[in-house]
Amino acid sequence: MSIDQEMEEILNLFFEESFEGLDTMESGLLTLDDGSHRETINTIFRAAHSIKGGAGTFGFMEISGFTHSVETLLDEMRNGTRGITPDALQVLLQAVDVIRDMVRSAQAKQPIVMVGATALSSELIRILAQKSASVTSAAEGAANLPGNADASPAAAPPEAVEIAVNGIPPSGPLEGWRIAFEPDSSLFKTCNDPMRIFDELANLGTLEVAAHTAKVPPFGELDPTQCFLSWTLLLRCTAEHARVAEVFDWVDANSKIVYEPIYGAAGPAAAASRPAADPPQAAVQRSVTPSDAPAAQPVAGKSGGESGSLRVATEKVDALINLVGELVITQSMLGRFAEKYEAQDIESLRRSLAQLTRNTRELQESVLQIRMLPIGFSFNRFPRLVHDLSRKLGKKVELKLCGENTELDKTVLEKISDPLVHLVRNALDHGLESPEERLAAGKGDTGTLELNAFHEGGSIVIEVKDDGAGLNKDRILAKARERGLVDADAQLSDENIYNLIFVAGFSTADTVSDVSGRGVGMDVVRRNINDLGGHVQILSVPGRGSTIRIRLPLTLAILEGQMLRVGKEIYVASLVSIIETVQSKGEDLSCVAGRTELFKHRSDYLPVIRLYDLFGIEPDSRDITDGLLVVLEAEGRRVAMLVDELLAQQQVVIKSLETNFKQVPGLAGATIHGDGTVALILDVPGLVRTFLERQSMQYGRAA
Amino acid sequence: MTQHDSIANEASASRNARGEGAGRQYLSFFLGGQEYATDILRVQEIKGWDTVTRVPYSPNYILGVINLRGAIVPVVDPRVRFALKSAPFDSATVVIVVRVEGARGERIVGLVVDAVSDVHSFSAENIQPPPEAVGSVDQMFVLGLANLDDRLVIILDIERLVISSVLGDTKAA
Repeated sequence: MSIDQEMEEILNLFFEESFEGLDTMESGLLTLDDGSHRETINTIFRAAHSIKGGAGTFGFMEISGFTHSVETLLDEMRNGTRGITPDALQVLLQAVDVIRDMVRSAQAKQPIVMVGATALSSELIRILAQKSASVTSAAEGAANLPGNADASPAAAPPEAVEIAVNGIPPSGPLEGWRIAFEPDSSLFKTCNDPMRIFDELANLGTLEVAAHTAKVPPFGELDPTQCFLSWTLLLRCTAEHARVAEVFDWVDANSKIVYEPIYGAAGPAAAASRPAADPPQAAVQRSVTPSDAPAAQPVAGKSGGESGSLRVATEKVDALINLVGELVITQSMLGRFAEKYEAQDIESLRRSLAQLTRNTRELQESVLQIRMLPIGFSFNRFPRLVHDLSRKLGKKVELKLCGENTELDKTVLEKISDPLVHLVRNALDHGLESPEERLAAGKGDTGTLELNAFHEGGSIVIEVKDDGAGLNKDRILAKARERGLVDADAQLSDENIYNLIFVAGFSTADTVSDVSGRGVGMDVVRRNINDLGGHVQILSVPGRGSTIRIRLPLTLAILEGQMLRVGKEIYVASLVSIIETVQSKGEDLSCVAGRTELFKHRSDYLPVIRLYDLFGIEPDSRDITDGLLVVLEAEGRRVAMLVDELLAQQQVVIKSLETNFKQVPGLAGATIHGDGTVALILDVPGLVRTFLERQSMQYGRAA
Repeated sequence: MTQHDSIANEASASRNARGEGAGRQYLSFFLGGQEYATDILRVQEIKGWDTVTRVPYSPNYILGVINLRGAIVPVVDPRVRFALKSAPFDSATVVIVVRVEGARGERIVGLVVDAVSDVHSFSAENIQPPPEAVGSVDQMFVLGLANLDDRLVIILDIERLVISSVLGDTKAA
């Protein structure tokens, strides 16, 4: 491998990790909304720190520079110097977006656009500058938050925090630093040696080291690879905080380090007077009022993005390796028979073949498992989306995520993400009411939006549920009539009315906002879902809310197929698209305008597709009563397809026709029979579309 | 861009990439009694004739698709394509599986021929540019003519032939 290639791979790794880091930062920032947690701030800080470091290493100075200023702000939040204000959080969230854009342009090998960064930098500077004005109260707020206070090293006295926090220059000159250094017990495993750090510090001035041995266990229980020591360092020097902190760069992510400046005579007295006066206020001044922010709960786990690569759990890979091992054994068992075969071996040959069958099936299942990812990957983005949107729309929303661990195929997952975003936006914009409207309707002012995923049969069901006003049937119907989508006197069932929102160009929103209301989208949502072989259903109760239920196949790689024979050719139809199969007696057939044949199926008249006609096959018989009519449903339309015979039902592996050949109308792909020949898989929705188009063309010609 | 242009681009890109080195090797085969040849580096394998599955809405020179170790591979009959006399399908009928670079990546396509003949080396000076028309094979698909012991071997532009066949009809067909 050339250096370039290697470099490229390392770069890609950096991009991937940066995106993950940004996702971590984002979800962390969203939790900070609901009261702070030291560990969360640490996580966010670590993510920012690695992005900065990586960007610097690869020479993306714009990214590392900007991230550095973000890090400064985070650092102040982390060591309690700064409170967590909604204002600062908003800026940090925006900063995450800006960094993400920058990393994206770097990934696309395009020049990094600095517009967003520049604009936000000034915002960051503004916030950082506010420090001296508002910090006293904010810092106390932070210092008094339960999570923070617990985590603060006991060694650091309250005054120390105060002074470090304030940054208000005390009157005396800086004489040095008192540093409380409490490393994580894994310090040695990260190849860090405190002695080196101390040596380095000694270069800056005179250093006094006091070690705390309280945590060291009895000798018998001592694990020499763990660090149980902590230190108090007294460094007499004139170096700035940044210079001193630099020495701890490699260990600061998982150590508790408190810096306390030591000033000349006037300093400590001024600082010492402070804490006594302020604490009563502090409890009141929690920097984030929970009602301000939506109670968005981030999901655990990292997002892999929509890249071409796949992160697979090690257990899944191990299971595969085991299976392949078994397969090799089975193969050698079978191989023996080829060398020497005697009649009495038939029984063990059968056994080996049975084992091969089992191995193969297990292998197939495990391989498919690799492509399965939890839907949390897609749900991940919603806390942020809901947070931003509810803020913009002035609505109070609580987002509930359920079933994030439900697994589905990566391809399905990627293709369902955008439609889901659309449905969530719609629910927020149209579904949920404003707090005033909710109160007027006798509901709590905070609306609930629930995303729910679960397995049902061979499918995954995803629900987007809100407790808003529900769909307004009369309004939808009125709009549809206004736009000529429905005849004025047509009577429609509830379901049919709801389905109107999927019609292209339909919108009941009176004003077009940048959130939704343009009437594009719901039709795209339905098409995307149909393309995946799924379908979508709307349930709605006026005043109580609506639920949009999406049902999708678990995987696109395997299909429950029904084999159909027409003449000498065999086709596979997806079992879920088949409603039933009937034999026509003749009297249930009629002909409209001498062209379209209709089959009366219960109360519906279904157009008859003669597959042999469509595909140019020589059938057993052209008489409908000789063959079978397979009633198919696709995109809400039903047709009856004439075939000669139904054969077995079986699971088939879907192969692409397009890879080496091209897309063929009416076909979704191909599969391979047990005898090695190829069978083509029908694309039922496409077939119905092609057929109906053809029909209308014929009408056109006849007219 | 018209389909024809795209086919020409796909084909010429791979032609340029090959360069004109001396003494290239070519696999020759028979179609309707005439000997043709293709750059051997394009050939992945040669396999016996087996049942194909017909694909609806395909031109008649696409016989259908076969399963090549799990990949669905279309099979082109150049004899139908060039309106040559077709030999009956029997045990001698073989499918030359070629790999071609297209705009969308590599494609694997089978070509049915009457029989595979030999592997020859032709240097660049042995190959003459194609005349206006070579029998019934359109000039578009001919890279050049080579002389071999007073026999004429037509060197086919296999990329162009395969890609134009697989992607659909062109004005040359």
